[in-house]
Amino acid sequence: MSEPLVRLENVRFAYGERMILRDISLSIPRGQVVAIMGGSGCGKTTLLRLIGGQERAVGGRVLVDGQDVGALDREDLYALRRRMGMLFQFGALFTDMTVFDNVAFPLREHTDLPPELINDLVLMKLHAVGLRGAAQLRPGELSGGMARRVALARTIALDPMLLMYDEPFTGLDPISLGVIGQLIRRLNNALGASSLIVTHDIQESLQIVDYIYFISEGRVVAEGTPDEIRKTSDPFVHQFVHAEADGPVPFHYPAGDYATALVGGAG
Amino acid sequence: MSRTTLDLWVGVFVAMGIAALLFLALKVGSISGSDVQSPYTLSARFDNIGGLKVRAPVKSAGVLVGRVTEIRYDNEHFQAEVVFSVDGRYKFPTDTFANILTSGLLGEQYLGLDPGGEEKTLAPGEVIKKTQSAVVLEKLISQFMFNKAAEGDQAPAK
Amino acid sequence: MGDVLRKLGSLAVNGVWQLGFIARFFVLILRYSGQSFLRLHLTIRELYFSGVMSLLIILVSGLFVGLVLGLQGYEILQRYGSSEAMGTMVALSLLRELGPVVAGLLFASRAGSAVTAEIGLMKVTEQLKAMDMMAVNPIARVVAPRFWGGVVSMPLLAALFSTMGIFGGWLIGVVFIGVDDGAFWSQMRAAVDFRYDVLNGVFKSTVFGVAVALIAVFEGYDCVPTAEGVSRAITRTVVSSALAILALDFVMTSFMFRGL
Repeated sequence: MSEPLVRLENVRFAYGERMILRDISLSIPRGQVVAIMGGSGCGKTTLLRLIGGQERAVGGRVLVDGQDVGALDREDLYALRRRMGMLFQFGALFTDMTVFDNVAFPLREHTDLPPELINDLVLMKLHAVGLRGAAQLRPGELSGGMARRVALARTIALDPMLLMYDEPFTGLDPISLGVIGQLIRRLNNALGASSLIVTHDIQESLQIVDYIYFISEGRVVAEGTPDEIRKTSDPFVHQFVHAEADGPVPFHYPAGDYATALVGGAG
Repeated sequence: MSRTTLDLWVGVFVAMGIAALLFLALKVGSISGSDVQSPYTLSARFDNIGGLKVRAPVKSAGVLVGRVTEIRYDNEHFQAEVVFSVDGRYKFPTDTFANILTSGLLGEQYLGLDPGGEEKTLAPGEVIKKTQSAVVLEKLISQFMFNKAAEGDQAPAK
Repeated sequence: MGDVLRKLGSLAVNGVWQLGFIARFFVLILRYSGQSFLRLHLTIRELYFSGVMSLLIILVSGLFVGLVLGLQGYEILQRYGSSEAMGTMVALSLLRELGPVVAGLLFASRAGSAVTAEIGLMKVTEQLKAMDMMAVNPIARVVAPRFWGGVVSMPLLAALFSTMGIFGGWLIGVVFIGVDDGAFWSQMRAAVDFRYDVLNGVFKSTVFGVAVALIAVFEGYDCVPTAEGVSRAITRTVVSSALAILALDFVMTSFMFRGL
């Protein structure tokens, strides 16, 4: 088996005093779609930022295509990022440009292609996400689902080797959600890329991904293929899959004894 | 908005701005660098310069010929030394007389040059020897009063 | 007492930190300016937004300031029988002080706040991060063009402001009151020096341009990425720009016009 595209080795990360990731090791094999799941605020997005080089790990190594992201200087990092695509939670489209210009942006910034060729490429990318007809609209005129598809077209403009999705399913209606899910899978196969999805939408993910990691309190607590995850008896995964309010992830924020707090005044 | 309309507007804006700057430079202000051509400096010592200031005009026969560039106190002669630049087109004889004059009764003070009759002209850096200080109004008035008083004393004797 | 001192101390410490951040940001802008100069149309676009869009307010305000200066100046000067000096008074006060300062204040509230809002909004919607992830440096692509757009616009706007003001003064003095046209202009020309008054005014307005543009892009880039954060950043841009303009004006005036 070939070397995985992304490998995290014992990664630790903290914002100041606050520990976010304690000890994370995981890998994304080439050609696969991998999901990372966990409750809100467990450090999933931070993981993406580490792989993209926007944050540097405190300990451990983040390897992308054999390069240690944390050790790169700005120029090498930018060279690496040209081969990565990241889809932000709400698309992050440039609001002062049309849909067409948004998708053309990376092409114009990083290539010297003639305008006709850029035109063709952009229309191809937009066609792939089904929005060729919306090329002249402005981001403000798009629905949430459409905006995310445009952002997806922009993300794949330079045919990246690694695609990262930050909560791609948040705030979408069931139809748009299905569309995005299918697009993620299809584009991954069509581009021969590898994908990493950060999400907490378990049902959608189980249908499209090859492998899932569960993260809680800065550690990988469970992992497996969708079939393994469905069958597992791990209490954390069980709680997550069935959306139970209480379990290994407690309902209550850690606090002192309830009775003492009520009787004794300030807790 | 298309790129060309935007460029057009910016072009109009920059042209207007430059036109305004030119207007201010040529029509409102006077370019002090260009009205004194290839200047040379002269200096003169005065007992009292009154209200003369740096950049005050230097005139001869009422025509602007230069500007005062520096005023300092000469501690050897206990006099004020006025350095001024003069337009290179104009030459003045060595016996030129330098006065500190006032334009109008309360106007600004300027340096007036009265050329004499010598053949030789002043070389750059030379010092004008014949000077007359500024008229100080208070002195003038007290002089006038004194004379009147003196006249008054003499009148009964006649 | 201790509390007050502690607050004062933290205020001073924060101020120094902030100054340091701004200085570092300024160096970054200068470092990445080369890249944005290679693509001039980015800066030209910002010239449109900060310059052309401020044109109307600058021209109208300049005219009104000139009209008021004309009226007030005439009122005072005619008591001393020297209403011909009106041109001098209007021109000098506009070129030396009012032109750069008032145009700077207007520019800060019109263009500076817009730049802060724009960059702040791009930060809130993760556009800056997205750009960075696309291997496009946001300082070179977004910040530097806006900075230079402001720096170039400001002296041009100040010159237009002064010109309109002088026109306003002329309108009141010569057209309405009947001061002699020739005396108006010749007295003005005799008193206004190009290097001393005009160039110093241009220099002042350029410095204000740098200050306002730097504050505007910094506050936008540095804002807390929420709706509230952006609105606070806009307020801070206007307030700090105004203070910076007035303080710098005092410092520059005391150096330029001393001994006169």
